[in-house]
Amino acid sequence: MSAHDKLLGLSARPKVAVHKFSSCDGCQLAFINDAVSLLELSTLVDVVHFAEAGPLDEFAEVDLAIIEGSVNTHHDIHRLEMVREKAKYLVCVGACAITGGIQALRNYTDDKGLLEWQHGIYPQDTDVIIKEDLSTAKPISAYVPVDFEIPGCPITSTQILHAVRSILFGVEPEKNVDSVCTSCKHAGITCVTVARGEPCLGPVTANGCEALCPALGRGCYGCYGASKYANMGAMTDKLKEMGLSEIQIKHKFQYINSQDAGYKGE
Amino acid sequence: MSLAKTTKIEVPILARVEGEGALDLEIENGKIKKCELRIYEPPRYFEKFLEGREPNAVIDAVARICGICPLAYQTAAAGAMEKVFGIETSQWVKDARLLMMLGQWIQSHYLHVHLLAAPDFLGYRSGIEMAKDFPNEVVRGVRLQHLGNDLMKLFGGRSVHPNGVKLGGFWHSPKESAVKAFVPRLKAALEDAKGVIEFVSTLKFPDTTIPFIQVSLRHPTEYPVIASGVITSRGEEFDVNDWEQHFREFHAPQSTALHSTTVEGDPLLLGPLPRINLNFDRLPKHIQDLANATGVKFPSNNMFHSVIARAVEGYWALERALQLCEAYTYTDTPSAPEKVAAGAAWFGVEAPRGIQIDEFEFDAAGLAKHIRISAPTSQNLPCMEADLRIALEKFGLERPDAEIQLHAEMVIRNYDPCISCSAHFLTLNVTRK
Repeated sequence: MSAHDKLLGLSARPKVAVHKFSSCDGCQLAFINDAVSLLELSTLVDVVHFAEAGPLDEFAEVDLAIIEGSVNTHHDIHRLEMVREKAKYLVCVGACAITGGIQALRNYTDDKGLLEWQHGIYPQDTDVIIKEDLSTAKPISAYVPVDFEIPGCPITSTQILHAVRSILFGVEPEKNVDSVCTSCKHAGITCVTVARGEPCLGPVTANGCEALCPALGRGCYGCYGASKYANMGAMTDKLKEMGLSEIQIKHKFQYINSQDAGYKGE
Repeated sequence: MSLAKTTKIEVPILARVEGEGALDLEIENGKIKKCELRIYEPPRYFEKFLEGREPNAVIDAVARICGICPLAYQTAAAGAMEKVFGIETSQWVKDARLLMMLGQWIQSHYLHVHLLAAPDFLGYRSGIEMAKDFPNEVVRGVRLQHLGNDLMKLFGGRSVHPNGVKLGGFWHSPKESAVKAFVPRLKAALEDAKGVIEFVSTLKFPDTTIPFIQVSLRHPTEYPVIASGVITSRGEEFDVNDWEQHFREFHAPQSTALHSTTVEGDPLLLGPLPRINLNFDRLPKHIQDLANATGVKFPSNNMFHSVIARAVEGYWALERALQLCEAYTYTDTPSAPEKVAAGAAWFGVEAPRGIQIDEFEFDAAGLAKHIRISAPTSQNLPCMEADLRIALEKFGLERPDAEIQLHAEMVIRNYDPCISCSAHFLTLNVTRK
């Protein structure tokens, strides 16, 4: 079924569920922090499940499921499959749900390494943790089909409300293909790399934050993941030229969106 | 009650907290036999994957532990680094860090009071539901919450995972005009905040007494937000570097969040109520008067008075923020020069829900070597369990499950738990024998 057909199949007053997997809850705050919009949204849709805000009905049939967080436990695989089965349209919000997020840095340890981590942090009753933990933290799309993704760490209220409004009109939300540089130019922000020699991932990072870091005079650290047409070769060469070591460059990309195919140069 | 009768009921509870967990209650012959708060928020291993990372990458990363109080993690991490590296931050940096933390308190406290706690006391299932009957109160709360968020944005660009803090200070200095624009808003907010204190003092508080050792940071001259002293209700005062001589952290099998107790094994209580109880003398006289006018006498050992403590702290935070904004001047050196050195240090800040304390060790290149991060909610978990036993037995275990559930939720919400931090969705499992 095409995205368009799927969206036409949604109710005029859609039922919405907001689910949390492994995350910091920061993307859900895009709803809660803008309480005025949350109250307005509640007049347009029926929010049937949103634990942090109040309503609870985890496995209700819904038109729209919004998912925050990555999958790190056996239990969550099962829960995610149930959520997908009950939802007509599934939207992932934020770095954790889209790339596995910062906790996906565990994917660079082997089983022995992870065991050391588990024993290091949970010295007593480690078996309880080991039994539930997966060896990886993976995005939602690694387990179930995803209809739309909204990047960011965290996403903004504007992004999510924009997307929900589009869905209410039966159209697929707009995909942002630009890099952070676009926002810098529009806002007239002086380039931090050119003018101050700050390493900045803006040229290869997806836009959506309105160039928040360059506006503060610092380089972008890639919290929105790779932009669509990221030129990773040129970016890496530039960072080398600026004197960054190989490990420093590796850590720039192996950070909040380490599993992003774009950042991996795939 | 028939001995043969065992009822097991699964009720989804603890909405309006942040994180995932469940409460197991076993009631036998009218007594609570088992009371365990199970936290199954999956572990994310920040302390491990940040080993080997550079200082500013650590500061940006620790925000991601919790979307609700990212700044507490950033401020504590930066503070620990500066202590180890021997970086002396300027008064401008100290003031700006305090101002941003106050923004976090304002945002979190007014969100909690209006959208999370008040619905319990007034008999609503959510803040949205309550807004229909109490539109002015809810809108006033939201207005104050937004003001807190905007203060954080001033320095950090955004309120969730702000980008302003760096080693030695801040990445930028906001323009004076941008900061002064807060002065009229903060003045108006003080009126709102007075209204909130009056509003919460009309709530009906269940009777309960908590026997826990209370712990808070202690500042030499003012109410504690960022401070190096620790004070307890046992009359101890010590430096935060000696934390481990007094408290210990351990893993309980029912939880992915680590628990804390005193070295003797007694639960310790952190948060707004201990803070106001132990630092009432650090509040200006007119704010003490506002607190006394609520009819609650501090120190109070009724955990339900936490909501009053939050409202009073909110007022203090707004007034302190106003002073800082009025005195603000622009600087072209918002950060001390960076340098690194090997070593280790403890650093604590008062997050809205209690002390957030870190131990960081760095190598000679300034890379993180060993990290321990203790969130206030995880440290409070043994108190929450013990408090539930006391509060529910007092409430009456013969009451229907639905009433027990609501009361249990109220008890837990007093702590404003933030469960992603400590390791949401809570399920109440009641077994009656």
